[in-house]
Amino acid sequence: MNWVLVPQQIATGILNGGIIALISLGVVLIFKSSEIFNFAHGHLLMLGAYVTWWFAGGNQDGTEVFNLPLIPAFLIAVLVAIVVGLLIERFALRPMTGQPLLSIVLMTLGLALFIEGVVSLVFGVQPSAVFPSPFSPSAVFRVPFPGAMGGFIILKKTLVLSFGAAMLASIAFALFFNFTKTGLAMRATSEDHELARSVGLNVPRIFGLSWAIAGVIATVGGILLAMLTGASLNLSTVVLVAFPAILLGGLDSFLGAIVGGITVGLVQALVQASSNIEVRNSAEIAPYVVLLIVLVIRPEGLFGQKRIERI
Amino acid sequence: MLTINNIEVIYNDVILVLRGVSIKVGEGQIVALLGANGAGKTTTLKAISGLLHAEEGKVTRGSIDFENEQIDKLTPDQIVARGIVQVLEGRRLFRHLSVEENLLTGALTRKDRNAIINRDLEQIYHYFPILKTLRKRTSGYLSGGEQQMLVIGRGLMSRPRLMMLDEPSIGLAPMLVQEIFEIIRKINQETGLPILLVEQNARIALDVAHYAYVMETGRVVLDGTPAQLAQNEDIKEFYLGMTQVGERKSYRDVKHYKRRKRWLG
Ligand SMILES: Nc1ncnc2c1ncn2[C@@H]1O[C@H](COP(=O)(O)OP(=O)(O)OP(=O)(O)O)[C@@H](O)[C@H]1O
Ligand SMILES: [Mg+2]
Repeated sequence: MNWVLVPQQIATGILNGGIIALISLGVVLIFKSSEIFNFAHGHLLMLGAYVTWWFAGGNQDGTEVFNLPLIPAFLIAVLVAIVVGLLIERFALRPMTGQPLLSIVLMTLGLALFIEGVVSLVFGVQPSAVFPSPFSPSAVFRVPFPGAMGGFIILKKTLVLSFGAAMLASIAFALFFNFTKTGLAMRATSEDHELARSVGLNVPRIFGLSWAIAGVIATVGGILLAMLTGASLNLSTVVLVAFPAILLGGLDSFLGAIVGGITVGLVQALVQASSNIEVRNSAEIAPYVVLLIVLVIRPEGLFGQKRIERI
Repeated sequence: MLTINNIEVIYNDVILVLRGVSIKVGEGQIVALLGANGAGKTTTLKAISGLLHAEEGKVTRGSIDFENEQIDKLTPDQIVARGIVQVLEGRRLFRHLSVEENLLTGALTRKDRNAIINRDLEQIYHYFPILKTLRKRTSGYLSGGEQQMLVIGRGLMSRPRLMMLDEPSIGLAPMLVQEIFEIIRKINQETGLPILLVEQNARIALDVAHYAYVMETGRVVLDGTPAQLAQNEDIKEFYLGMTQVGERKSYRDVKHYKRRKRWLG
């Protein structure tokens, strides 16, 4: 272990973990409400980033149709995400009601390809490094920290912003689900669809709402990520990092998604502090190793709901 | 207030389950619907509540009217909004939600202010005091009797104008069944709420009901007041006599009585 790197890597890991947590939340939301593992979440995220990018003026090379500031462009992207979420539920998933779960999950894979196709047709396949951001990507905070390399921990402002946004979104989620009527309706629906119908809930509408919310938080995640990396079709692959986080947290737990996200961020960053090159190169698979260990000990994940067996 | 006119129900476009069922529930009445396993009792309730649609079931003939409105084309949420609530068979709970949250799910479709909903919550706790002491408990861990009280309470939270209970006595100890049926009777008497009660325990059902129907293989084969039915030889033998022997055994007898004789039909 290269100890002088550790404080810096812990800080970076936690900040990165915030975005992973945010992405995981969206997948968990859909899984909770309908038991569908949404493989298109990364693509919704990429779509959200591109829509924002396009309304904010794209490459700024004179071809732009709109040239809005970041916030209005973001708000438009949120509206687009809501509409896309509702459309997906209505036209891709509702017709599949009653089909085996596997076909529905495959449908989300199909959706992923569809979104990728549409984005490349509309916005092109060339990645763009230009993305509107309140800070330059190289702007940093320097926090004095004895024992760290050079006596400072360096925090990218964009990362701090995205971590803050992720935490805010998580808190908003928790409040919404635990203290609003709609939140209760969604929790109830996620447990038993027929029972939810019997108490008068409009289950298709609740699914639509879940997809709309998932679309919105995917968009938020996409924008935060694109601020760091620019807009590209590859943004969707970030879900590969979110998968272990989601499973680690237990698939159906929001708290689990957050803890899982931060754990994955930390593990990836700490591995990089190793003095062994082999270990450093394993950053991508390290979260999966941790996942494997956790699942052996707790098959339902860290915070997954234990099946209540009674009757 | 509720009139079922000669309905026919088909599952998956081929399986004919109800073949002409007619039932009436009047204001303030408890109406019992008796019958052996597979007779079509639950299907009848689901036809009323609209839950059939989600199971590939359809009402293909006849009509269902509630307070002078035809409701057999409505969706379950519209039917709950009209004031009909079905308490599903088998004490179905949102098991990971607390007792109080379960009760509140019953009121999710109402537009009333929180103060009014909280008052109704207190009313439920008045009928089922045990639920109040357990209100923060995860409902999946309640005992069978407590769960049954909870699902009835949840049904009441929608402020129904007709409540349908599907086998509330199933799997409960006789003492508890007594207790729960006393409360059902009390709710009916105090609030005038009409109840359509599906039961296999005919003795207790006939004890609280004002009127009863007996179903067999998708048809109503007998109906009358509890006093009339209690005089019927078949009811005596297969529904009332059996409770002393134990329910298990009696169900086995059902087959042989079907072979032996068909009521009216
Ligand atoms: N979703 C379904 N698809 C096909 N057939 C069904 C379905 N639900 C019920 N049935 C059939 O319809 C018939 C009546 O079932 P129903 O559940 O209404 O009976 P029941 O009188 O409530 O019986 P029990 O006392 O066992 O609850 C049964 O033969 C059953 O197999
Ligand atoms: Mg039944």
